[in-house]
Amino acid sequence: MIHSLFLINNAGDLFLEKHWKSVISRSICDYFFEAREKAVEPDNVPPVIRTPHHYLINIYREKIFFVSVIQTEVPPLFVIEFLHRVAETFQDYFGECSETTIKDNVVIVYELLEEMLDNGFPLATESNILKELIRPPTILRSMVNTITGSSNVGETLPTGQLSNIPWRRAGVKYTNNEAYFDVVEEIDAILDKSGTTVFAEIQGVIDACVKLSGMPDLTLSFMNPRLLDDVSFHPCVRYKRWESERVISFIPPDGNFQLMSYHISAQNLVAIPIYVKQNISFFETGSSGRLDITVGPKQTMGKTVECLVVTVHMPKVVLSANLSATQGTYNYDPVTKILLWDIGKLNPQKLPNLKGSLSLQSGAPKPEENPSLNIDLKIQQFAISGLKVNRLDMYGEKYKPFKGVKYVTKAGKFQVRT
Amino acid sequence: MLGMSANSVSYNEQGSVESGVDAAQENSSIPASISSGGAASSLFSADYKKNEDLKEMLESNKESLKLEAMKRIVGLIAKGKNASELFPAVVKNVASKNIELKKLVYVYLVRYAEEQQDLALLSISTFQRALKDPNQLIRASALRVLSSIRVPIIVPIMMLAIKEAATDLSPYVRKTAAHAIQKLFSLDPDQKEHLIEVIEKLLKDKSTLVAGSVVMAFEEVCPDRIDLIHKNYRKLCNLLVDVEEWGQVVIIHMLTRYARTQFVSPWREDAVFDENSEKAFYDSEEERRVDQSKPYIMDPDHRLLLRNTKPLLQSRNTAVVMAVSQLYWHLSPKHELSIITKSLVRLLRSHREVQYIVLQNIATMSIQRKGMFEPFMKSFYVRSTDATHIKTLKLEILTNLANEANISTILREFQTYVKSQDKAFAAATIQAIGCCATNISEVTDTCLNGLVLLLSNRDETVVAESVVVIKKLLQTQPSQHSDIIKHMAKLFDNITVPMARASILWLMGEYCEHVPKIAPDVLRKMAKTFTDEEDIVKLQIVNLAAKLYLTNSKQTKLLTQYILNLGKYDQNYDIRDRTRFIRQLIVPNEKSGALSKYARRILMAPKPAPVLQSAFKDRDRFQLGTLSHTLNSQASGYLELSDWPAVAPDQSVRNVEVKEAGAPALSKSKPAKSNEKFYSDSEEEEGEEEEGSNSEDSSSSSSEESVRESESEENSNDSNKSSSSQSEKSSSESDSEKKKKTLKNKKLQQQKPDSKDRKQKNGNAVKVESRSESESGSESSSSESSSESRSELDSDSDSGTDQKKNTKPKPVQSKPVIKQVEKKEVSLLDLDDFSPAPVTTPKSSILSPNLLSDLQGLLISPTASALQASSPVFVPETSHELLHRMTGKGLSAQYRFTRQPCIYGNSMVSLQLTLSNRTDQALENIHISEKSSTGQNIHRFNAIERLEPQASVTVSMGVDFNDSTQTANFQLCTKEDEFSVSIQPAVGELLLPITMSEADFTKEQGKLVGMNESSATITITPENVSSQSVNRKVVSVANLGVIPSGQENIYRFAGKTVSSGSLVLVSVALKDPDAMITINTEKTVMGSMLLRQVKTALTNSGP
Repeated sequence: MIHSLFLINNAGDLFLEKHWKSVISRSICDYFFEAREKAVEPDNVPPVIRTPHHYLINIYREKIFFVSVIQTEVPPLFVIEFLHRVAETFQDYFGECSETTIKDNVVIVYELLEEMLDNGFPLATESNILKELIRPPTILRSMVNTITGSSNVGETLPTGQLSNIPWRRAGVKYTNNEAYFDVVEEIDAILDKSGTTVFAEIQGVIDACVKLSGMPDLTLSFMNPRLLDDVSFHPCVRYKRWESERVISFIPPDGNFQLMSYHISAQNLVAIPIYVKQNISFFETGSSGRLDITVGPKQTMGKTVECLVVTVHMPKVVLSANLSATQGTYNYDPVTKILLWDIGKLNPQKLPNLKGSLSLQSGAPKPEENPSLNIDLKIQQFAISGLKVNRLDMYGEKYKPFKGVKYVTKAGKFQVRT
Repeated sequence: MLGMSANSVSYNEQGSVESGVDAAQENSSIPASISSGGAASSLFSADYKKNEDLKEMLESNKESLKLEAMKRIVGLIAKGKNASELFPAVVKNVASKNIELKKLVYVYLVRYAEEQQDLALLSISTFQRALKDPNQLIRASALRVLSSIRVPIIVPIMMLAIKEAATDLSPYVRKTAAHAIQKLFSLDPDQKEHLIEVIEKLLKDKSTLVAGSVVMAFEEVCPDRIDLIHKNYRKLCNLLVDVEEWGQVVIIHMLTRYARTQFVSPWREDAVFDENSEKAFYDSEEERRVDQSKPYIMDPDHRLLLRNTKPLLQSRNTAVVMAVSQLYWHLSPKHELSIITKSLVRLLRSHREVQYIVLQNIATMSIQRKGMFEPFMKSFYVRSTDATHIKTLKLEILTNLANEANISTILREFQTYVKSQDKAFAAATIQAIGCCATNISEVTDTCLNGLVLLLSNRDETVVAESVVVIKKLLQTQPSQHSDIIKHMAKLFDNITVPMARASILWLMGEYCEHVPKIAPDVLRKMAKTFTDEEDIVKLQIVNLAAKLYLTNSKQTKLLTQYILNLGKYDQNYDIRDRTRFIRQLIVPNEKSGALSKYARRILMAPKPAPVLQSAFKDRDRFQLGTLSHTLNSQASGYLELSDWPAVAPDQSVRNVEVKEAGAPALSKSKPAKSNEKFYSDSEEEEGEEEEGSNSEDSSSSSSEESVRESESEENSNDSNKSSSSQSEKSSSESDSEKKKKTLKNKKLQQQKPDSKDRKQKNGNAVKVESRSESESGSESSSSESSSESRSELDSDSDSGTDQKKNTKPKPVQSKPVIKQVEKKEVSLLDLDDFSPAPVTTPKSSILSPNLLSDLQGLLISPTASALQASSPVFVPETSHELLHRMTGKGLSAQYRFTRQPCIYGNSMVSLQLTLSNRTDQALENIHISEKSSTGQNIHRFNAIERLEPQASVTVSMGVDFNDSTQTANFQLCTKEDEFSVSIQPAVGELLLPITMSEADFTKEQGKLVGMNESSATITITPENVSSQSVNRKVVSVANLGVIPSGQENIYRFAGKTVSSGSLVLVSVALKDPDAMITINTEKTVMGSMLLRQVKTALTNSGP
């Protein structure tokens, strides 16, 4: 299975290596660098690279390449999923997964990698188990450790590892017992030039932050569970209960986790909260162009659209933009060729508009295609699919927890073709 | 402390400096030496000097210094720096008390042991000691490190350690042992035979923790030893849901391979698919054998695998979803394949890398089965932000999905892509359009015209690609497209991409007869620029010249000779070769032999059109989801998926003897805490029981809009906790006591009812550990086998008497239960406990849960006072219509609930069926169809050979409703006809009465509070106030036993659910004019339904 792992930053520096079997020389990464070179953009690096004797499977996350070395046949998704799990664990431990934090915590990183994989096969990947084996660094703890000489490493096997609920650690205690659920829905959509929907679907997740003492057994029910077409669950969810009763019954892990994700596909009608009127044109002569974008609310169910941002990847020949926005600020980066218009709150009475001229590289032919617009937005306290949590019940513990549900709708991959 | 923090700061510095200057090792020593408090003063000290201070720190006797040193060493290792010369200093600390220090030393050891074998041996004894440590984590990590030290000398020690650890009490240690097997195997493949023995042993392990790892070891060490899987196959299938996600992937892949060798192909026309073939699963061997010759019927084991993997499609782990998908792709009947589509499409929302792999697999699938993904076509639409390889794959899939119906949509979509700024992608789109044009002949012309338009595109990659594609298209088409060729010739001057120029030239030459005027002119132009062209263009110029020479030598003779001369002195030897060859072939001279006569036939031969086909065409030779599939070439260690066998190998190999299913730690005096199945078993039951009846539950519960405010609920949760801790205690108690008592109890247990403990077991499915399980496994199985033979005999004879009793029911009213009657009933019950034990099920816990709980029950309350089953207090005579004579074509059927324990299975509700023939002809062969359409387990009555006109017959049957009021649907058949009928049980019929003392009742009631309690206050009708009428009303509604009450106005009733044996307690407290009904049961759904029925019964006046 996974033989070695190399972490490589965006600049091509190899800053961490870990081997689970015999050592493989880091020169193996030359094959990766070659592919990296060829791909130009980091996103275009092929996830699986073949070398004469090994296979390199890599992921790109938070500006870091996680390159794993494989020697024999293995399901590639197995490795990819694991690498993402590693990145998530780092995020969980250090707040963010970046080169700096990894370098600052290299010992903990090493200890984590040691626990997560044995001989290339995942051993403990549940955050609750890992946190019992290796405690995450906090300022307080490092102070205490220096004084008392105690360490960050657990001495006994975490109870979760043996129990049939490996995701939850035992002996959890809180003075304030609380359980929060965030229903986050993202609209993936492609709108065509005329504003008609080419494709739209909703991707939802329910993120949970559960801080409850003991062994609570929670049941979450929805007002309209039939909406959920295709779901995937955290392993803690009892699938049978979902199948038969459409309720989510689970003993939660401690802390933050993603309870479920769901997918409401294009077949159901997906409401598109805004419309975009745009007109981008490049003139045949004079090496200039015009841009005129107006955004307005469409199906918002009376909620306000916030954090509205329009991003345009301009063609290479666009040198600068001279625009005026009736609302918000715009910024054109001539290096990355990205025009970013940060609108903020959408006011239905006074529609925001961005208008002006674009200047092109002189002599260059006018671009074939108009750039497409990527929209970002947020609607608070509203799930666009209409999904509603009915109630949350807790069994198994005596105290009364504080419970909360928050809804938010965002634009996912929301694209307007021009 | 000050020193420490200074160290850590400088350590960070070191990190950042080094990231910048990667190569220069000397530089890194600067901060390191400064950090050691200026001990090393020279700035450019040599490497060993740098580590000198680390050595000092390691040799100091301060734990904190040592730890700091180790942390820095690990930092060095992480950066790939060499720290091997510190080995002697580090290895000394291997026995350190400080666990973190120890772990870091382990990290170091594993990294460098291979290089310093002699020194590494010094640490071995420490590990050997640690292998005996009482702490399982220490045992496990010692084994991990020991097996990771790749020193050949210690192979025997490792072997010994692995064997020892494979029988360890802790499943975690056994899991580590499974990993160690692979390590040892890679170190010394000669140990294979011994290791297989260990694998065989570990495969029998029932712990979900071990399963994944041992299968991994199996795959690596002996993937060909399929025979080791046979006996564990069903167990693995059943455990699968509870195995950790990584293990699931490995097991699913292995089982896919296994299934392809063991089952016959389900991909047959005449296949009969029975989703509920579990019936056959429990049936005898003979029955299955018979099926062989018949049309295809899926092997129940095959079905078991498909059924048990299906829920995993909902896993959050994309690898698991992919594994299940490939399993379905390779194993399931074609028509069941569609269930994987949605899940795969869902994965497309995941990370870029996941998308890449999933799209590849979808691409392969979509070639063979367009229909699977066609409804989701839009999910494959390309976004401008997608990575290039994702875009290309999506394009591939869209091309595969194209058909006559959707081609216009797809082409419209393609038009957008062609304009993309990503030119490589635009080029790929043109290819895709070409593919669509060849695949769907209706649109060929449209596509061709579109492509010709693209020839005037400003981007040359687009133009070039169009030319290439047009060339291919024209080749497939008969050449009436001379205007297109002319158009291309016009554009020729503007096209600079060599491939495109070459393509146009080739087209000219090939179809020079269609464009007789233009072709020589093109050749003339080319003769001018010949020396500046790329090699492929030159080759095509030579080709064109040759072809024109043959067809139109008058105009082109001189041009050709000129070009051939140019070619003769070209720098590229390929071109020189080709030129010589062509010259010999076409220019007649005395030396050129017979060949030149055929020059025309050789050069102008009609060429087969290239087949435009997907790059994923042949990928299906690899198992989906594998690395080999992704690479489209066989990766090392790839295990071929075999073809289906023509004839299924012996199925009985998978049958498991009950005795063998025992825990691996049988030899140990105290068995390990066996990992209980969390969801697969107990949940399964619960899930099914509560199925379909949840609607009341949710509606009765207050429907607040959100749960934001911390509402005060009335569920007091202490009940679960207290009972669980109690049962835990009792189970541990049982452990110690059992040894002494078992023999004595074995007799007893057969007469003891089990409701109490069984209830407890269910109630705490999460917590109660079946400590005794593995021990009692063997015992119970032996006692079972002995009782089994008896029970079979008994059941036959009993059924007769039972029926007789049933035909003449006597409504007993609130009579105190007579001991003798009770005894008889009890024996009947017990017999049921044993009779239906399915021999084939692998887990002993499933085999005889009642037996097991019997055992526990005895130990918890040895005084027989607890609960006893009793005979029904009241048996209603009303019967319900099953089949009306009009719909039944003269056959009518009525059923009623006998309220007796069912003789066919302890979880069945017994029913009495009265069949009458209302026609004037005899009806023959009345029976229930083998194919039951719903999930319920139904015991059919024996077929009635002949029913005379106007006669009627009474038969009894049993239905396992799984404690749910869902209807049982089945087919009632006569010789000629089939009638679909259904039975919907009232909730009260799903109970069996029990009796207990008042004190026990209150005690049990105390345990079932909170959400397990439902109550209601009603105004009772005056005529119902008397004790008699309350009793009568309640027992008529539900099959409950009456508990003698000491209080005047409180009436108590007790029962248990038939399927799971959960306790149901009903009490009615009269407070004139109100009555408070309280129902306590952990089957909350049943509770609330029952409450409603009791409520109606008590408010209704009348008898």
